[in-house]
Amino acid sequence: MADVTLRKVVKRYDDVEAVRGIDLDIADHEFVVLVGPSGCGKSTTLRMIAGLEDISDGDIMIGGDVVNDVPPKDRDIAMVFQNYALYPHMTVAENMSFGLRLKHYPKAEIKARVTEAARMLDITDLIDRKPKQLSGGQRQRVAMGRAIVRNPKVFLFDEPLSNLDAKLRVQMRIEIKKVHQKVRTTTVYVTHDQVEAMTLADRVVVMNHGRIEQIGTPHELYHNPATRFVASFIGSPAMNFVPCRIEDVGGKLHARLTDRLAFPLPPSRATRYQAVPRTDKLLLGIRPEHVAEASPHAEPGIEPFDAMLDVTEPMGMETLVYFTLEGTQICGRVNPNAGAQDGGPLRMAVDLNNMHLLNEVTGAVL
Amino acid sequence: MADVAFQQGAVSGAARTAKRSSLRRALKRKSSAAFLMTLPLILLIGVLVIYPALYSLHLATLNKSMAKFVGFGNFEFLFKRETFWLVVKQSCIFAISAVIFKALIGFIVAHFVHNVPANKQRKWRGMLLVPWVIPPAMSTLAWLWLFDPSYSAFNYTLSFFGIGPIPWTGDAMWARFSVILVNVWYGAPFFMIMYLAALKSVPEQLYEAAAIDGANWWQRIWYVTLPMMRNIIAITTLFSLIVTFANFDIVRILTAGGPLDHTHIFATWAFRVGIEGSDIPLGASVSLFMVPILAVAAIFILRDVSKRGNEA
Amino acid sequence: MSTVTIDKAGPTRQVKYGSMSRDRAWALRWSYFFLTLFAIFSLVPPIYMLITSLKSSAEISAATNPWWVFHPTLENYTGLLTSNQFLRFFWNSAWVSIIVVTITMLISVPAAFALSRMKFWGSATLATGVFLTYLIPDSLLFIPLFKMFAVIGDWTGIQLVNRWYVLLFIYPTLTVPFCTWIMIGYFASIPKELDEAAIIDGASWFQTLTRIFIPVALPGLIAATIFAFTVSWAQFLYPLVFTTSTDQLVLPVGIITTLIKGDVFNWGQIMTGALLGAAPPLIIYAFLMDYYIAGLTAGATKG
Repeated sequence: MADVTLRKVVKRYDDVEAVRGIDLDIADHEFVVLVGPSGCGKSTTLRMIAGLEDISDGDIMIGGDVVNDVPPKDRDIAMVFQNYALYPHMTVAENMSFGLRLKHYPKAEIKARVTEAARMLDITDLIDRKPKQLSGGQRQRVAMGRAIVRNPKVFLFDEPLSNLDAKLRVQMRIEIKKVHQKVRTTTVYVTHDQVEAMTLADRVVVMNHGRIEQIGTPHELYHNPATRFVASFIGSPAMNFVPCRIEDVGGKLHARLTDRLAFPLPPSRATRYQAVPRTDKLLLGIRPEHVAEASPHAEPGIEPFDAMLDVTEPMGMETLVYFTLEGTQICGRVNPNAGAQDGGPLRMAVDLNNMHLLNEVTGAVL
Repeated sequence: MADVAFQQGAVSGAARTAKRSSLRRALKRKSSAAFLMTLPLILLIGVLVIYPALYSLHLATLNKSMAKFVGFGNFEFLFKRETFWLVVKQSCIFAISAVIFKALIGFIVAHFVHNVPANKQRKWRGMLLVPWVIPPAMSTLAWLWLFDPSYSAFNYTLSFFGIGPIPWTGDAMWARFSVILVNVWYGAPFFMIMYLAALKSVPEQLYEAAAIDGANWWQRIWYVTLPMMRNIIAITTLFSLIVTFANFDIVRILTAGGPLDHTHIFATWAFRVGIEGSDIPLGASVSLFMVPILAVAAIFILRDVSKRGNEA
Repeated sequence: MSTVTIDKAGPTRQVKYGSMSRDRAWALRWSYFFLTLFAIFSLVPPIYMLITSLKSSAEISAATNPWWVFHPTLENYTGLLTSNQFLRFFWNSAWVSIIVVTITMLISVPAAFALSRMKFWGSATLATGVFLTYLIPDSLLFIPLFKMFAVIGDWTGIQLVNRWYVLLFIYPTLTVPFCTWIMIGYFASIPKELDEAAIIDGASWFQTLTRIFIPVALPGLIAATIFAFTVSWAQFLYPLVFTTSTDQLVLPVGIITTLIKGDVFNWGQIMTGALLGAAPPLIIYAFLMDYYIAGLTAGATKG
């Protein structure tokens, strides 16, 4: 058990800078997820922690010791790979015990550890099978078992669920969470799937172009994104962004979306955006759940408007509606009984209490 | 699963801090270990392949007793000899016609094997590959016996049809036919097996799509099978061209170049001149004439193989 | 198969389906017919070897129906298998092939591992070079190699020409490049994560090779071994050039130079010898056909 610290870590491949100075503190027992689109440097970062890639600059510390120069086997880490990387010629038990056998652990202890890990992962019956005879989910368990028996300081997961089908992925996600609750090993987990990141993490690290965009709890990221990238990456369907400007109308601050459409900002937001230059090109960021059908009685901060729907997607518990505002497609979530129809009109309302205002040029959330 | 952000010009060389770490030393060690692991291979290729190849260039410039440098004397001598031009002609006829027939027969047989139910394919494939498995020196002996002037089993059979007796190895034209026949017999299975592997790799949906588009059997071969197999056909043909062109065993055992040098090809004539005739420089000169054709074929193979590698 | 007509009328459609399956059946029949022809063509020489090997010299010279054995006898087999000379050829061949296979594997497997996994300066060029070497035929190198070993003998006094073990130096030039090439392919097809997992598990490079790569690429290793063995066993030109004394000969050269005495062809014994000489590769092929074919097709593919 140990904490992991990254200080100004850089990775260069010839002329390409894959990771551009990452600072990250991961506390003991913490479950941290690195998330971002492919090519954002998250896997490279993980592989540098593992020691599979050497670092071009900066320091990596595990349990307070700088491990820049330490080969992977001496870092006391375990890793679970995307394609499981099970040794195809070994049985499940042999796969799990390979590392311990290389370190010449006593036979009895190896057996005890393998049995314990197999019991924890519910694969006791499979212990003598070869990987080829296992389903995707079972292989994933074995890969985790191989990590658990080593009892390492840190678990590293490299997109472990991306090869599984959707249903199994949800199941294994829960499984991983359970295992972490039991063993409490510091975990660094890489994924491109924001749902996985949100559901698993104590803290999520959103990466883009080799840099960290934001670090925070899932709740923080969702409700207080720091940048446009985080705002659009986290949440599904993604947040809507509508070009707008801030105006003073009759002493009150308004967000003007189009010539005809402007919303008065609720007091809490108005004070926050008071200092924003009126000439700046801005974006109004609003999540689909805050664009819903208008309710008959007015509520503070919830502004109604008329929309002409392009497409509706009934999801059962809700209906997603798409309409266009000045060339920007907006997604809203309405009650299935709200009467939304393809090509039909609908009275919508936007909840400005949950709005975000972004600088269109810098992408910063104001 | 390298996760690389492709951003151009993000890094300047100067920004790189030279950081000497033991991990890097380990990588250095790794590359020296890798070099050591390949050292026997490098030595083998260097000492027993590249050096002899260059040495044969040197040998080709010496006189018969290898005491005097004669420059291009051996080549000039060869150019003046009728036998040499006969050998050039025969080598080309032998290699090209044998490869064409091997390729055609291999292609046809592969289709027939592909046609029969999958559970029976193994058996047929097993039988049809036998010629490739038997050492050619051994099987050519059987052919020699089948072609025997007085006891030929072929002539015995043909006599029932009123044909014959055919001088399989006695007459120049028939002898040329015979060596090509034996070479085709020996090499066609290789083509068959390569084509069969390629045929199996063509996705069934392509044929279904072509059938829906109204393609008949012949059009399906022309527009689907052949384009999909083009690369493997090219590689196999070129490879076979090299092997056939450099063939020694079959001609040597079947006719030993006879009658009257009318079946000699480069390899057998180089052996006759260089080893049996003890004129090593002249033999080396003869075999060097294979190099241009081999080199051209090798370059094309290399191109196709790396293309295949990129596709994969 | 060849005619697909879209016709809405029900009954006609039925007929069309019938003709389609009839076409198929005919295609199948023709396939079998031609396959049988080709199989006969393929198998005539080995079968004729077997037929002749069971005949006595008297029956052969009597010129009876060559395709039938009227008085089967094993005298050719007993004659050869009790002849010290023939057994000598056989053992020479066996020793040469077994040692060459061992040398080949010891050279190519580590080299292929290094070339496929441990990138170093010039490794890509070397891999290409290995492939090119595999394309260089024996008939290009036998003269300079012969002269080379003769010169070495003159300089050092170590006489290698006309010794069977000179073949141990020469055969690897034929086997090593190909085996290295196909092992590079097999190793390259092992996912990178597998060796990374091994490294994290604490395996050294050597342990990764012996405990992960070799077991995982075992089919490739078997294919390469079979290839090296059959090439060594079948090689004819090099032993013909390098060895002349009868006690130094390997099987193919031995049969041809000793059983063919002048113009007297003892065909019964020659065919028996040829069949016995063809037996080891055929037996290997019979039992390990899939590996044999895998090795054959792997040569033209990269990875």
